[in-house]
Amino acid sequence: MSETAAPAMIELRNLRKWYGAFEALRGVSLDVARGERVVVCGPSGSGKSTLIRCINGLEPHDEGEIIVDGMVLTGEKRQIEAVRREVGMVFQQFNLFPHLTVLENLTLAPVWVRRMPLKEAQDLAMQLLARVHIAEQAEKYPGQLSGGQQQRVAIARALAMRPKAMLFDEPTSALDPEMIQEVLDVMVELAREGMTMICVTHEMGFARTVADTMVFMDEGQIIERAPPEEFFAAPRSERTRLFLSRILRK
Amino acid sequence: MKTLRRQSALRWLRANLFSSVFNASLTLVALYLLLRAAIAVVRWGLVDAVWSAPDGRACLAASQGAGACWAFIGVWHRFILFGRYPYDEQWRPLLVVVICIAVLLASCRRALWGRRLAALWLGGLIASGVLMAGGVFGLAPVPSDLWNGLPLTLMLSVLGLAAAFPLSIALALARRSSLPAVRALAVGYIEIVRGVPLVTVLFMATVMLPLFLPAGVTLNKLACAQAGLILFYAAYLAEVVRGGLQAIPAGQYEAADALGLGYWRRTRLVILPQALSIAIPPLVNTFIAAFKDTTLVTIVGLFDLIATAGNAITDPAWRGFFAEAYVFVGAIYFVFCGFMSRYSGELERGRGEP
Repeated sequence: MSETAAPAMIELRNLRKWYGAFEALRGVSLDVARGERVVVCGPSGSGKSTLIRCINGLEPHDEGEIIVDGMVLTGEKRQIEAVRREVGMVFQQFNLFPHLTVLENLTLAPVWVRRMPLKEAQDLAMQLLARVHIAEQAEKYPGQLSGGQQQRVAIARALAMRPKAMLFDEPTSALDPEMIQEVLDVMVELAREGMTMICVTHEMGFARTVADTMVFMDEGQIIERAPPEEFFAAPRSERTRLFLSRILRK
Repeated sequence: MKTLRRQSALRWLRANLFSSVFNASLTLVALYLLLRAAIAVVRWGLVDAVWSAPDGRACLAASQGAGACWAFIGVWHRFILFGRYPYDEQWRPLLVVVICIAVLLASCRRALWGRRLAALWLGGLIASGVLMAGGVFGLAPVPSDLWNGLPLTLMLSVLGLAAAFPLSIALALARRSSLPAVRALAVGYIEIVRGVPLVTVLFMATVMLPLFLPAGVTLNKLACAQAGLILFYAAYLAEVVRGGLQAIPAGQYEAADALGLGYWRRTRLVILPQALSIAIPPLVNTFIAAFKDTTLVTIVGLFDLIATAGNAITDPAWRGFFAEAYVFVGAIYFVFCGFMSRYSGELERGRGEP
């Protein structure tokens, strides 16, 4: 499936997931190469969030295989934690730790999980905060920042673990319109630096700019997978076309 | 400026207290009753009070029954505070009270939280034990049934709550565990203990438990009562802590998980700091109730502050000064409880930006 000879960063094989009787993922297979940027879109309830939450084990999958950087995700605790150390995640609701300062949010995991000396973790954190253009807010608490600033901190927090891949679960959906661009700008910069990314988003402008691969999901299945030029210009499936016509009109 | 303020005060009075004939008369009646009560209290406690007298009868004669006989407290305060602890050694329980208060005040300072504070607690605990029991460093040994009054009340409640609090966190986490056996044990323990009166727990711990032990093994009654209090408080505090845990949004768990923190680090670094700070008001509420409830140890024969006060008023020479004794003891309780609730208020205000 993947064009590169090197093994994929993330491989999903026939992934299935049920919530009770409801089948949220109905046999999803996807390869993401190292450095590849994949944008996943689709109507709400199509399983796109469930899909990326399965990749780092936030949701356990019921059938199929997930392989991250050569590690097969089995559901064994230590092994899930090993995968989580290598895969950063950014949430729709930011989920920063409100009782810690911005700087402490960034140093927490490197110090406690990676056993990085505090000084080194702080230096790294300040570098990352500068990279997301927010270094001057390091001593503030998340509650004192705007939504856009919080989301940029959340991106920096994930990057502080030096992940091999990043998952974005609708990172701009909870933001006020004027703050969306500042977050997307940071994500574009990240993509340019060669980070492997899977983004669930409806920001089609962003998708056109950075995506190597577009994925359209509906009813728990991947309906279409194509490079963006093809995906936007000539979608093969009728459902994709309908979805794009709705979303691009706004 | 002044007239303006006076005007607005008048307006406030009119709007809130004298808005109608009915409200105005209610206000006047309430004011009259308050004033009567205040005058009565001041006359009893200060104006007509007798401050020194050789014995109870002389004191009553001097006050003619109209005022408080504070001479009673003058004579009996050391007994009420320290009970039957040997009179010449009473500097030891006094020092224990001072140590206890000092450790508590130090614990209030966030900057000191950490290893040093734990060391301070341990040092305070050892020093208090040595001072109370004696038998070393040339201190005369004093058996634990003579540890009475305020030091007993403080030890039972401070040690009780300090030991019950970590236990309650463990219970609360266990109750939310994903392991059914752990959860069932925690639920069973909490529900059983909460379903039983404290008196029963104390009675079980001090009277029933020794009956089940092999002959020759004796347990210290004070230690039994202390253990009973710890186990009892832990169940109540556990439910308060659980309330705090339930207020933490799922996103916090997910964010910690996504960073690979794992269960224990997630709990210690992300969940508990937030849950406990949410739970401060109900925690302090439980602390205050627990502090006052320690007085139930009287029923198993331990002489706490209330018991020594009750004992003092049965003395033939000073019989029946209930009001004086209980006002004195009440004031001591009020100072400790008032401090707890003020401190919790400060903690809450500082919680957004610690």
